[in-house]
Amino acid sequence: MEDRKPDAEGAVEKDVSRRGFLAASGAVAIAIGCGGPILAALASARSSTKEDGPRWAMVVDTRKCEEKGDCMACSLACHQTHNVPEIDSKKEEIKWIWKEPYKHAFLGQEAEHMRHGLKELPITVMCNHCENPPCVRVCPTQATFQREDGIVLMDMHRCIGCRYCIVACPYGSRSFNWKDPWPRGDDNEPVDSPPNPDFPTRMRGVVEKCNFCAERLGTDQGPACVEACECEALIFGDLNDPESEVRLLLEEELSQRRRPELGTNPHVFYLV
Amino acid sequence: MHDQGKVIAGIVIFLIVVLFPIWYTGAFGDFTPPNLDPVTDAKECVKDKATMTAWHMDLLNEWRNDVVRNNDRGPVLIAGKEWEKSLTRTCLGCHGSYRKFCHKCHTYADVKPDCWQCHVVPEER
Repeated sequence: MEDRKPDAEGAVEKDVSRRGFLAASGAVAIAIGCGGPILAALASARSSTKEDGPRWAMVVDTRKCEEKGDCMACSLACHQTHNVPEIDSKKEEIKWIWKEPYKHAFLGQEAEHMRHGLKELPITVMCNHCENPPCVRVCPTQATFQREDGIVLMDMHRCIGCRYCIVACPYGSRSFNWKDPWPRGDDNEPVDSPPNPDFPTRMRGVVEKCNFCAERLGTDQGPACVEACECEALIFGDLNDPESEVRLLLEEELSQRRRPELGTNPHVFYLV
Repeated sequence: MHDQGKVIAGIVIFLIVVLFPIWYTGAFGDFTPPNLDPVTDAKECVKDKATMTAWHMDLLNEWRNDVVRNNDRGPVLIAGKEWEKSLTRTCLGCHGSYRKFCHKCHTYADVKPDCWQCHVVPEER
């Protein structure tokens, strides 16, 4: 009996260490199981934009824009350039760039007492081309994606019209084509000719939004809205270029962005 | 075997009906490919004629992905000249007419690509 005792104690000790081992391995497994997705989420939270090469951004000087009251030159030019249809219905309308009262554009940033009339001041709004675009994260087909230069683009060939991106975008920058914007005849000719034959129209059932004039940047032109603005209230440029006008403006002036608390890191800046 | 004649006749009639599309087009169908009018004096396309006829859709998809997703608009060298990757400007810039070129052959082949549901047909030449 006495010979066996140390064995039995040894067995007890082994049991404890086995339990300890199992607990430790369980903890490691949980750590790997939870840590992986957390690390992946952190990695995907970092954007795909590059340090070198351009990072396009827009500065909207609302003080200059204010001068011309209800001017819609930017919106008109953009919608002509991109064949955005005029639809006279709030539910079905399609907008790439438009004006929104300050209290709506900067929801949560308005105070009880502000500069006279500021709350109602129309602010030019468009897609913010976020560094951290929620629309891109939810798109199931990667129809919307972020380019290396920061532009959040739509690949209309891949859009299936699920509208997750519309729900995800906190700025209401996206519109859905509830009906065929440019109906085509039997031979595919549009019934009414769209204003810019060089830019494609859209089909019924796809989502569209501002593309920072990616097609014009490709041919060394600036965005159409910037070109059309007579007050020079829209300034477009490369944030990675320390000499660019946008960069200098942001370094000189106090700017604000829409819904910064959401962490989307918008790249349309407002001087108010 | 009972009713041998009726069974064989039945099989023959069945085959005639089922194979109607094959014998009908064989006997009365018109297989001459449409005479395309490319409206161009150019002798060279992006690739040789046979490849382009059979695989132009793959090339267009490749160009589409390059331009939309990779921001690569070319240029593409065709007969020593630089062209951008564009359906409306490069392809139809040379082939001239959607109706006399794309549409004619697509109708013959009974394919319905959706390019022109969104891209605007350039003015016909």
